[in-house]
Amino acid sequence: MAPGASAAMTIELGHFSLILAFAMATVSAMGGLLLWRRGERLAQVLAQASILQFVLVALAFLAVVQAFMTSDFSLKLAAENSHSLKPMIFKISGVWGNHEGSMLLWILILVLFGALVAAFGRRLPADLKNLVLGTQSLLTAAFTGFTVLTSNPFLRLANPPLEGGDLNPVLQDIGLAIHPPLLYAGYVGFSICFSFAIAALVSGRVDQAWARWVRPWAMLSWMFLTLGIAMGSYWAYYELGWGGWWFWDPVENASFMPWLAGTALLHSALVMEKRNALKIWTIFLSIITFSLSLLGTFLVRSGILTSVHTFASDPTRGIVILSILAVLIGGAFLLFAMRSPALRQGGLFAPISREGALILNNLFLATAVGAVLVGTLYPLLLDALAGTSISVGAPFFNLTFGVLMAPLLLVLPFGPLLAWKRADLVAVGQRLIGTAALTIFLTILISALGGVSFSLVPLGLLLGFWVVFGSVAELVERARIGRIPLRESIRRLVGLPRSIWSTAMGHLGLGLTVLGIVSVSAWESELVTTLNPGQTADVAGYTIAFDSFETEQGPNYVADTGRFTVTGPGQGTRQLEAERRTYVATGAPTTEAAISTYGLSQLYLQLGEPLDDTHVVRIWHKPYILLIWIGALVMAAAGALSLTDRRLRVGAPARARRTAAEPAE
Amino acid sequence: MTRLLVLIGLLLSLSMPALAVNPDEMLADPALEARARDISAGLRCLVCQNQSIDDSDADLARDLRVLVRERLVAGDSNAEVEQYLVDRYGEYVLLRPRFNAHTWLLWAAAPVLFLIGLMALIVARRARRAPPPSSLTDEEAAALAALEDERNSRSHVD
Repeated sequence: MAPGASAAMTIELGHFSLILAFAMATVSAMGGLLLWRRGERLAQVLAQASILQFVLVALAFLAVVQAFMTSDFSLKLAAENSHSLKPMIFKISGVWGNHEGSMLLWILILVLFGALVAAFGRRLPADLKNLVLGTQSLLTAAFTGFTVLTSNPFLRLANPPLEGGDLNPVLQDIGLAIHPPLLYAGYVGFSICFSFAIAALVSGRVDQAWARWVRPWAMLSWMFLTLGIAMGSYWAYYELGWGGWWFWDPVENASFMPWLAGTALLHSALVMEKRNALKIWTIFLSIITFSLSLLGTFLVRSGILTSVHTFASDPTRGIVILSILAVLIGGAFLLFAMRSPALRQGGLFAPISREGALILNNLFLATAVGAVLVGTLYPLLLDALAGTSISVGAPFFNLTFGVLMAPLLLVLPFGPLLAWKRADLVAVGQRLIGTAALTIFLTILISALGGVSFSLVPLGLLLGFWVVFGSVAELVERARIGRIPLRESIRRLVGLPRSIWSTAMGHLGLGLTVLGIVSVSAWESELVTTLNPGQTADVAGYTIAFDSFETEQGPNYVADTGRFTVTGPGQGTRQLEAERRTYVATGAPTTEAAISTYGLSQLYLQLGEPLDDTHVVRIWHKPYILLIWIGALVMAAAGALSLTDRRLRVGAPARARRTAAEPAE
Repeated sequence: MTRLLVLIGLLLSLSMPALAVNPDEMLADPALEARARDISAGLRCLVCQNQSIDDSDADLARDLRVLVRERLVAGDSNAEVEQYLVDRYGEYVLLRPRFNAHTWLLWAAAPVLFLIGLMALIVARRARRAPPPSSLTDEEAAALAALEDERNSRSHVD
């Protein structure tokens, strides 16, 4: 057989696998949802079917990857979106840099999660497992069907071109390789919570064990989503060239809403797991979070958000995808409305208690989700209904969101210190006095030293430090640091349950992000000026000398390169290069900013266009900006740590029960 | 995908890679220039995706930046400059919508959602606290409560 023929075979095998996966998912969905009472034997079949669905979709995905890797342009998708001269990693990441390929990736992650439930959920009761895998298969069937029928990545060209169409250098970035898979893993992971919620509603059985099964999945997805959003934010920061890191763009909001809802879900599932309360609300949040993930993935590309961001401007696709969303989300809420009143509520508690604090957390987060959702969709609805165009931009979101987050941050350190059922607020307040004193002292000190450019800065600092120190306070207290010998304290710290560590770390990360945001908003310095080689400029204690300007030939672009020497305060000198590139093939211009890190702060230098015989240069000093992303990494690490907790290990409720001899918190 | 899309959007909407305010547009008076930057950050670049005229380098954004500065030099207050632009381009130009007949719902959404949530909590609590119609005697009720307490504390240890 000729090599070309075998490659063609691979593509057709992939095509066939995807269609087979669609058929299997359809049958599994019907079997799981209609025959769920059949118990263990059905569960075994469904588990095998779920794993098989994953294998089939993985084969399909690999077939497309292979076509991209070998530059097989008989595959229409590869011909349109790849190029034989791309570096290998960008050939592979190019698979999901387009509508069809990203759908395939989305489905791959969906069936991967389904297969994980099948593989690790051995201890799940058979009825529940049947319903969960059935719902998961329903989702798989819907989106595989959509892909095969309207967005088929396996279409072929009878006369393959010799070369692919796309060599857009801007998109050849490691960020594109990593960002979408992380984001999708986050979005899609919440499908498991959705399936568990549907299972609970259909079977009418929901208890603490349910929450214990759901929470690791919510945590895993939340962790990926945190990383995905943070990574996207950093990518925009260094790539887009003016140092903005969050724009409240509809597309960003679409990924932020599931994150907020998922954060609320993590907290409410905690109440349900420990106290058997908040059942209905937790199920509601599970449905909402995944619904927002679906909106995040698909509203963006349905063409409804009028936007050049849209991949799929084909209106049929938009209508099909909206119908799928309407049926899935609408159906889930209908089921919720019908079945949730029958669920029994559990444990009672006083308003001042850990439960009460977590409910307050949920109230603020849920309102924030609502505010962002309304702000994102309002201009579209107003335009459609009243024919009036308005803009809802960053100033609106900063205000609305800020007002909601401030009280949440203020009460946050109290939460983990409050006892379950009934707590003594005064006693907890006394335990936080040291934290409060330290926070206020640092806020005043830094405000005085840094100078306050607008009145909200001290409040922001106060909240940031309060959360940072408050999250550490519990660890300090439990280890009795300073009150017993240090070695004993360390032993205690090491011995603390990981759930306590992960709570503290998660909150610490949030506090660090807040501090980074406040610092950059308050003390960023900006200089926009014209320079000629030989001249210097001063920004925030840094002296920037413009050494030379040259036009150079790159591999496939012409670059105007500015070379600069930066003299930092007491840090010696550094050479920086900022470029303005024009790519020969497309004529597409880009700017490559020069970014230099000093501790947690960065100097951000961008070469503007020539103006009369000189060069426009923009220089920013961004104090402590790295805290924004470090905080997100700490939050994600907290999630990872929590997943290793024995009491939470995926699908291991029996083992979890054995450790219950530990003293209750 | 978000960033890729933003990036594509920018590439499509930008004709030149230069960004934002240029030195030749800037005013000599730093106080006036600071006000101009402040106003610019709240005005939409009408031909861009969700960018303020301060961040964008589209020709129109440049024209608007120059216009803002002209009005400021002419002695307008910040509000007057905004109004001048709204008169010419409509409310669409404001990134922070005004409170009016079309937008009250937008501005009210967050506080109303919060209050609804709060009220739902209170109602749910009341409903649960109200004693169910019961034929138990006081002693029986007390015994039952004791049993439930015991069960709750046990499930707590779980």
